[in-house]
Amino acid sequence: MSGKGMNLTLKIWRQKDANDKGKMVDYKVTDISEHMSFLEMMDVLNEQLVNSGEEPVAFDHDCREGICGMCSMYINGEAHGPDRGITTCQLHMRMFNDGDTITIEPFRAAAFPVIKDLVVDRSSFDRIQQAGGYISVNTSGNTQDANAIPISKHAADEAMDAATCIGCGACVATCKNSSAMLFVGAKVSQYALLPQGQVEAADRVKNMVAQMDLEGFGNCTNTGACEVECPKGISLENIARMNREYLAATLKG
Amino acid sequence: MALDSKVPKGPIKDKWTEYKNKIDLVNPANKRHIDVIVVGTGLAGGSAAATLAELGYNVKAFAYQDSPRRAHSIAAQGGINAAKNYQGDGDSTYRLFYDTVKGGDYRSREANVYRLAEVSANIIDQCVAQGVPFARDYGGLLDNRSFGGVLVSRTFYAKGQTGQQLLLGAYSAMNRQIARGKIEMFNRHEMLDVVIVDGKARGIIARNLVTGEIERHSAHAVVIGSGGYGNVYFLSTNAMGSNATAAWKIHKKGAYFANPCYTQIHPTCIPRSGDYQSKLTLMSESLRNDGRIWVPKNMEDVLAIREGRKKPTDLSEEERDYYLERRYPAFGNLVPRDVASRAAKERCDAGYGVNQTGEAVYLDFASAIERYGKEQAKIQNIANPSAEKIYELGQKIVEAKYGNLFQMYEKIVDQDPYKTPMMIYPAVHYTMGGIWVDYNLMTTIPGCYCIGEANFSDHGANRLGASALMQGLADGYFVLPYTIGDYLADDIRTGKIPTDTKEFDEAEKEVTDRINFFVNNKGTKSVDYFHKKLGKVMWDKAGMSRNAQGLTEAMAEIKAIREEFWKEVSVPGGANEMNPELEKAGRVADFLELGELFAKDALTRSESCGGHFREESAELDGPQKGEAKRNDEEFAFVSAWEYKGEPADAVLHKEQLEFKDIELKQRSYK
Repeated sequence: MSGKGMNLTLKIWRQKDANDKGKMVDYKVTDISEHMSFLEMMDVLNEQLVNSGEEPVAFDHDCREGICGMCSMYINGEAHGPDRGITTCQLHMRMFNDGDTITIEPFRAAAFPVIKDLVVDRSSFDRIQQAGGYISVNTSGNTQDANAIPISKHAADEAMDAATCIGCGACVATCKNSSAMLFVGAKVSQYALLPQGQVEAADRVKNMVAQMDLEGFGNCTNTGACEVECPKGISLENIARMNREYLAATLKG
Repeated sequence: MALDSKVPKGPIKDKWTEYKNKIDLVNPANKRHIDVIVVGTGLAGGSAAATLAELGYNVKAFAYQDSPRRAHSIAAQGGINAAKNYQGDGDSTYRLFYDTVKGGDYRSREANVYRLAEVSANIIDQCVAQGVPFARDYGGLLDNRSFGGVLVSRTFYAKGQTGQQLLLGAYSAMNRQIARGKIEMFNRHEMLDVVIVDGKARGIIARNLVTGEIERHSAHAVVIGSGGYGNVYFLSTNAMGSNATAAWKIHKKGAYFANPCYTQIHPTCIPRSGDYQSKLTLMSESLRNDGRIWVPKNMEDVLAIREGRKKPTDLSEEERDYYLERRYPAFGNLVPRDVASRAAKERCDAGYGVNQTGEAVYLDFASAIERYGKEQAKIQNIANPSAEKIYELGQKIVEAKYGNLFQMYEKIVDQDPYKTPMMIYPAVHYTMGGIWVDYNLMTTIPGCYCIGEANFSDHGANRLGASALMQGLADGYFVLPYTIGDYLADDIRTGKIPTDTKEFDEAEKEVTDRINFFVNNKGTKSVDYFHKKLGKVMWDKAGMSRNAQGLTEAMAEIKAIREEFWKEVSVPGGANEMNPELEKAGRVADFLELGELFAKDALTRSESCGGHFREESAELDGPQKGEAKRNDEEFAFVSAWEYKGEPADAVLHKEQLEFKDIELKQRSYK
């Protein structure tokens, strides 16, 4: 299959390390096929840079099938670029036209400092999960049978919808307040919807919210941009559920 | 060194229980003085790290990704097998054991496979307790589906994201231990060598991928759970960063590498579209529950479709060749992966491929949509439903089952698979071969363990669908935590392993010398140039079908690429900074050695078995004509290779396989 062979101008954020100030730099790529993924277009650019002895653009990526959550990038002012329900690695060049100028920046948030070029540090997400994003059960091999507690299909499906979050951080990058409420709400909801999660529910939501605040994420003002940009379609309802859980937990003391 | 598999004596169904009863234990107070390094945080490494920390060991875990949650286990789609027999369809531990040994074409170790089947049910219990949201039926109980090579429904699943949910379960268990300080997590770190002290694995050298700093880490035991080496082909369904470096480094320091030629080429992947392609995307095997695979019967239709004059939906049932149903009536579309892949290749080689490249077959959901639609119409009491209504109802069911996979397909190919059949073609997916381990999962280096896809142990020459997740979690949650205690019981008085010793000095020097070479070489060609070149040789000559001449050529060609690599590779940037090209250079250097050993292994094994198909060894007539022909008299052994410098000089050690509980016979899925 032959592509259209697009010629593009790329404006890319280059920053040597965390201490560097960083700046936008222009690059040109030619003969880009519409069937390429966005990251394959970046590969073409990087191959070009390596061959001319320049340092390639650093960006996070791994599975390239939209599930690991490693890829980020703010493309033309949108987290994961101009398409819905996908990550950057699933974005295809058919979304662009010959002659386009594409602006590529890292995800920006106080809690996501830039490490290099388009690579950011999202370890704040890990620390929120460490504060309570688990059920305290040891691996014993002797826990009760998996079918001992029936769980309604509806609750299981809803828990799955929340659990489908890939932890990419698009919600934070998109939010004008850099809020992580969609991310935290999704994890809180997954457990809140399942009987296994009930035992520690109050402590979990309090500890995760406290850590979220400590990391410097902003508050939710119900704009809903996060839900629009979320590659996995995580619903705002999860934020509402977290707020209810939080309220109940604090009232219980 | 003679290989000792250390399989316990006694009847197969009692081996593991009896063994556990007699194994040495480390008391809780002593565990606090013992350190364990775990490299890799996928299902195997993540579950091992969490469980070892729960037991009280001090764990240091390493991942090259920015978080343990991103390991490539996350991309596993279809499900996880377990012999729960919730469906009452005749499943049992023995049947899962039997299916796995048969599916692996009788090239796995019976005792390991039986243990895997035995602990499989515990995995499901454990994951449910952790809050993994498996699919359920309307009664609130767990749902199952079928995978290839079996006649029961034993696969548990969470939509098409089972690997993600299981990994997040292991990740949550790790998080609990990280918060307690029992796991020290090293994200964005890559292991670049193992350190051997007095013959035992006592630490690793790792590179901090953010700062470039080279670090020394010591421990009483080292566990490698770093996944498979499918990226030796450049194009595979593996993640871009998936690599063999940790496994290859321990191989070079004394761990034997077993059956490198056993590779799984998965039948249902999205076909490649151009030279710029960076990876291939899997479409889950679960789709074969409902999808029917076909190509046109007549060459005129093939050409008409390729030229755009006809659409696949224009062809009547009579004009289609459902070749799996035709050749394998008993298993139909659910034959094992190796069989399905070869059958697709056979049709495409014969000229029936349905896309421009001639390398694609159809995976069609039209009959499933109709079947589900009719069923729903009945359930909803809709009398005389129209074809459109049936389609609409059926589409909803298919969407609920496979929605995310259909969406993924549409985003990549830009076609709607609800309306037109998917196009698929086989792609490299999983490597059954790996580091040789004994029953304890210990390598031939004392104190160095290997778990999950990185080892060779359970899948023989072909892995059944939904068994990788099972093995990763079995190794990490339920096997290693017991067996490692038996070794560590001797280390309770050893004390902390110092890192200021000559062994660490030497290992670190080797690592820094190599890094300095790369950044100073200033060659003329990128790392990817060499990786792609290697991948092409591997695919053409050591891919879905192999012969002696091609494999001999492959060995020479890979050696030549390797020599050119060390002269001409160009790595921009420095050593003391984040440098993705430098990371890739080290990994490709290792693939360039592994690839040659792979070809040598494939050449040595002149039989066909599982995913390893030697053209010289096929059935020439009879009902099995054209099928792979195993040679049990000469090849019922594990090939374990000892490193001796050049890959071509590796020395073969054989572990003879004994089949006491399953009769060795030809695999038939007809």
